[in-house]
Amino acid sequence: MDLMEFQAKELFAKHGVKTTLGVVVTTPEEARDAAERIGPCVVKAQVKAGGRGKAGGVKLAKTPEEAFEHAGNILGMEIKGLRVNRVLVTPATPPVEEYYFSFLLDRANRQYLCIASVEGGVEIEEVAKTNPDAVKQIPVDPGTGVDADKARAIVAEAAFPAELADQAVAMVQALWAVFVEEDATLVEVNPLARLEGDVLEALDGKVSLDANAEFRHADRAAFEVTEETDPLEAEAKAKGLNYVKLDGQVGIIGNGAGLVMSTLDVVAYAGERHGGVKPANFLDIGGGANAQVMADGLDVILGDQQVKAVFVNVFGGITSCDEVANGIKGALEILGDQATKPLVVRLDGNNVEKGRAILDELNHPLVTQVDTMDGAADKAAELAGA
Amino acid sequence: MSIYLNKVSKIIVQGMTGGMGSKHTTLMLDAGSNIVGGVNARKAGTSIELGGQDLPVFGSVKEAMTETGADVSVVFVPPAFTKDACLEAIDAGIGLLVVITEGVPVQDTAEVWSYLSGKQTRMIGPNCPGVITPGESLAGITPHTIAGKGPIGLVSKSGTLTYQMMYELKDFGFSTAIGIGGDPIVGTTHIDALEAFEADSDTEAIVMIGEIGGDAEERAAAYIKDHVTKPVVGYVAGFTAPEGKTMGHAGAIVSGSSGTAAAKKEALEAVGVKVGKTPSETADLMRKILGG
Repeated sequence: MDLMEFQAKELFAKHGVKTTLGVVVTTPEEARDAAERIGPCVVKAQVKAGGRGKAGGVKLAKTPEEAFEHAGNILGMEIKGLRVNRVLVTPATPPVEEYYFSFLLDRANRQYLCIASVEGGVEIEEVAKTNPDAVKQIPVDPGTGVDADKARAIVAEAAFPAELADQAVAMVQALWAVFVEEDATLVEVNPLARLEGDVLEALDGKVSLDANAEFRHADRAAFEVTEETDPLEAEAKAKGLNYVKLDGQVGIIGNGAGLVMSTLDVVAYAGERHGGVKPANFLDIGGGANAQVMADGLDVILGDQQVKAVFVNVFGGITSCDEVANGIKGALEILGDQATKPLVVRLDGNNVEKGRAILDELNHPLVTQVDTMDGAADKAAELAGA
Repeated sequence: MSIYLNKVSKIIVQGMTGGMGSKHTTLMLDAGSNIVGGVNARKAGTSIELGGQDLPVFGSVKEAMTETGADVSVVFVPPAFTKDACLEAIDAGIGLLVVITEGVPVQDTAEVWSYLSGKQTRMIGPNCPGVITPGESLAGITPHTIAGKGPIGLVSKSGTLTYQMMYELKDFGFSTAIGIGGDPIVGTTHIDALEAFEADSDTEAIVMIGEIGGDAEERAAAYIKDHVTKPVVGYVAGFTAPEGKTMGHAGAIVSGSSGTAAAKKEALEAVGVKVGKTPSETADLMRKILGG
């Protein structure tokens, strides 16, 4: 789960990372009120996307009226397809120098990585290209982590100015605490700013949290921002389904992330022969394809007005195909008249004959069985393109 | 021969008494696996009947290994306890550790991997279907009925795509099929499996199945160029996945140009790997190589 800047800063503050929280508001009037208290301020769009500044989502306001005006422009704006519903109003503290700092998961080397640069700041990607030596990459062993000595070694290698070294060591240790104690996969500070009076402060923050670790962080629910999610995705999430909305006409239900992704590909290729229809969604029902899960999945997919046909692609590995067939049968009973679109079903694997026999016997006018994944994808695309 | 697992492998199951563990222990026995017991500290000294066999439950992995000579452990314990279960098995010196559990926090896996460094255990997973050497043994959850023994070695991130590809090529059969798991950090990589298949006399050709996200397939391509002489056929799922959307596997995230299916296909083809656009096309490529 990616956090917004203000959420990341809340975690920073919790673990002793020096930062300024500011005020989160949802209307221009509230932005003006906040600016009256704060003084000169920056109005910053809160969305889970980079490049907010370049998109015009970050503006300096010298007066409360300017804060009102900027908030009015930024709220409702779209940045990388995400609607801005809230802005952060934070004191204008122009940096003397800008640095870059992050802890992240290094998948390739199966460890953690610290990336630090004193020539970075917001243009870090440019610096990484033009002057890669200025961007230090320091491995961190997950077994030993970052203690005071390691933090000092990081600060030395990144060559923070001597007069800031003690502050930098404290900052690195506090950011490490955010990384491990919150089960993050990324903790990034950009810019890490040197302010007037040689104060080191996290002016912006990006944190990604590991969804698998939710069970040991009861406070995570507070970070859920539901109104930005697509309504169908929100409904699917409420039903515990692993669903991603896409822009197409063929609804997809399958078991296993790999097979479902592969199904999207096969449908897209088939769609090229049938008027360019595309997959409408990703939906992985996992191993337990019972009637309720199947009904919930179909219900979400049929709620998508663009969907013209649905392709159910199941390889019975753990699940047996008769359970899946009974799931489809039960789902059609549960949905009744709400099931209006043709279903193309391909079953293979464990107990396939029983599964196919159940659907043959059902003889439902909306259900077509096709034996192969390629053939079924073609049929679904044909029905959706007709 | 085969890789990692064969008919003499002696398997214990950590979490055998739980729902998943008992169900799949029964299925492993059906597949011919030599299961010698399970581990559950709270039920030590008891036994459980699964698949017509009376299986002893031991208090620790070490005890189970001492009593039975087990060299493989399959882990089904819940995510919150997986790290400790793995550390215990590594400390006991287990040879092969197959972690089926889905939903393990990645920092736990990172710690286990760090702990593993320099030790003798090979870890597969987490979040994987495990290993099957058809006709001999299954350490995991892959259905043993899909395909029999044959000349193809298979390595895949995804479970259901492993099953699909085994099904497509069931007329040839498999030396060993390994699902390495889709998590950001896994114990055995595509490269490890390629190295083992290259050295395995029963494996004539290799199918490698990848997925969008990360650069494991690109690194595997570089490895194939220098070290693999056997023919390799590849498949990558997620050609039409939009950027920036997570598709269910923690590993399957595309961001920017690197990690896309197209980039992976290109990297693999550049080293002579034939890459299919779909599972069936990939199977056809393998068929041509094996002369079917």
